[in-house]
Amino acid sequence: MRANLTRHWPLLATGVVLLALYIGAAIAFPGFRTWFQFTRLFSDNATLGLAAVGMTFVILSGGIDLSVGAVIACASMMLALLAGELAWPLWLAAPAVLAAGAAFGAGMGGLIHIFRLPPFLVTLAGMFLARGTALLLSPHKRIELGSHDSVRSLSLLHVADFTLAALIFLAAVTLSALALRWMRWGRTVYAIGSDESAARLMGLAVAPTRIGVYALSGLCAAAGGIVHVIGTQAGDASIAFLLELDAIAAVVIGGTVLAGGRGSVLGTLLGVLILAIITTIPGYVSDLDSWWTRLIIGALLLLFVSLQRVSQHWREE
Amino acid sequence: MREIGRHLLWPLAALAILLAFNALRDPAFFHLRLVEGRLTGAMIDILNQGAPVLLLALGMTLVIGTGGIDLSVGAVMAVAGAVAADLLHSGASTATALAAAVGAGLAAGLWNGSLIALVGLSPIVATLILMVAGRGIAQLVSNGEIIDIAPDAAILAIGRGTVLGLPFPVLIALGAAAALAGVARLTSLGLFIECVGGNEQASRYAGLAVRSIRLAAYALMGVLAAIAGLIDAADIAAADANNCGLYLELDSILAVVIGGAALTGGRFSIAGSLLGAIIIQTISTSILRADFGGRSVPVELNLIIKATFVLALCLVQSSEWRRWRPLRRSAAA
Repeated sequence: MRANLTRHWPLLATGVVLLALYIGAAIAFPGFRTWFQFTRLFSDNATLGLAAVGMTFVILSGGIDLSVGAVIACASMMLALLAGELAWPLWLAAPAVLAAGAAFGAGMGGLIHIFRLPPFLVTLAGMFLARGTALLLSPHKRIELGSHDSVRSLSLLHVADFTLAALIFLAAVTLSALALRWMRWGRTVYAIGSDESAARLMGLAVAPTRIGVYALSGLCAAAGGIVHVIGTQAGDASIAFLLELDAIAAVVIGGTVLAGGRGSVLGTLLGVLILAIITTIPGYVSDLDSWWTRLIIGALLLLFVSLQRVSQHWREE
Repeated sequence: MREIGRHLLWPLAALAILLAFNALRDPAFFHLRLVEGRLTGAMIDILNQGAPVLLLALGMTLVIGTGGIDLSVGAVMAVAGAVAADLLHSGASTATALAAAVGAGLAAGLWNGSLIALVGLSPIVATLILMVAGRGIAQLVSNGEIIDIAPDAAILAIGRGTVLGLPFPVLIALGAAAALAGVARLTSLGLFIECVGGNEQASRYAGLAVRSIRLAAYALMGVLAAIAGLIDAADIAAADANNCGLYLELDSILAVVIGGAALTGGRFSIAGSLLGAIIIQTISTSILRADFGGRSVPVELNLIIKATFVLALCLVQSSEWRRWRPLRRSAAA
């Protein structure tokens, strides 16, 4: 029981903070109490959420991916270019963008694994590459989709007020949680993050798992870019700037330990919702400036890494 | 010493290729002229525009030497610039503004250092917090606006003044580099830093004040970032909380890596980082000046070239690459 509690209490802490924030916001702002606003927390933050899901895998494996924001921007530009200017059908353009994102991630994972380069350095270079490519794809740094009916109809699709973007995000969370819990590959991610050499000695497939983790992060980021295009009908090279910081914050606030090996996608979902509420509140208060959200996210990050530190201390004792 | 010399070989070769490329395309690249008591020319431009990155790279060298990293330097630059501009705006003296800005940088560095050395957070996480919150603080100080500095303010000399024809930022950066190299290599401080980065536990057993050394490295980083922020603000005569020092944390880390320091700590070279910073600025300046058949090169190419360059340099420096090479040769034979 004690072991169970120490294992799950970071997640519980996140849940408590989320609940307190939501109740607080609902009391202060009547608009927050509606079902529509609740679904918008998911819809408006689907891109961040998808990136954070991929980031969860990377951090669980003991790595970090600083390129996701740039990959999102690049994917949005690619999709707008393929579906808009080149008039590819969406069923062809979207998988192509997803494949490109996954391949880009796999390439970074390969460099990290094979040449033992530090993850943050390789993905930093990846961030420059992806952002540079996104900016070069159009001289206007932005591609309007124009009258692309299939994308427009997708943007209007919704189930119980959850937009397609929110549904894709929730599906990604569910699939990831299942994979981490029940798939051999998912368990290997935890094993690598806890102790790589032990995982290797156990005969686990370290190389495909690690490369796969970065490929998945690239895939998720590309999906985030696609979701953004569906929502805004345009690709934009300057979106998702430094979004990787928010994604990392969401993962850490969700109770995943940055050193790897411990954490969950469910926590990340809670973390994303916390960030979603914090960034939504300035919209309700006219004199609250948006930079306060940066300060509050920083403070929350500090709170949760300190909590991690304390719980680590407990375990060592 | 020979070890360090070997590490300087690749960056030196890279810089030589970059400069040769520039000289071939633009014969006037190396020309220096004295205009109104001020040296001008592409080489001076590179040093002048590169001064903030150079200062950051110096601090980052020590931080990385202890096995750490500081992701918050760009945000600290923005805070320092905002503090100075805000104080000047409300009528404070130049000295007060300068002292307050540097003090803000010191406080930021001590904050990072305490989280890492005393609380025991990992450097990426600890400095990530300030990276996220720092620009929020800068906007809080500047009330979310870009604060202009009066065109006759004495503080502008930091960004635009000259001494003996050399721009002031260049002198500050080179002076800081010389001072740091002297302190690091003539006293045992450099050795201590490498010890802490190389093996923290062994250093503690050997009686080194590991925590103080860590704290000092981050504090110095904060001060250098503040000075870089002042140069940036004085250069454009305004404090821009959103854009001051943007991406420079990346540039300064890349400069240190190009300079041959081990990212895991325990080995650093001030001269190498100096070279690294100059290489990064030379790439940017070359791209800005480049034009092919009347068409200018898009500035965005800068990002791609920098990234490719850094990856290539890291690859050839990694031991796995060296182990791979003979393998591939024998496979081909």
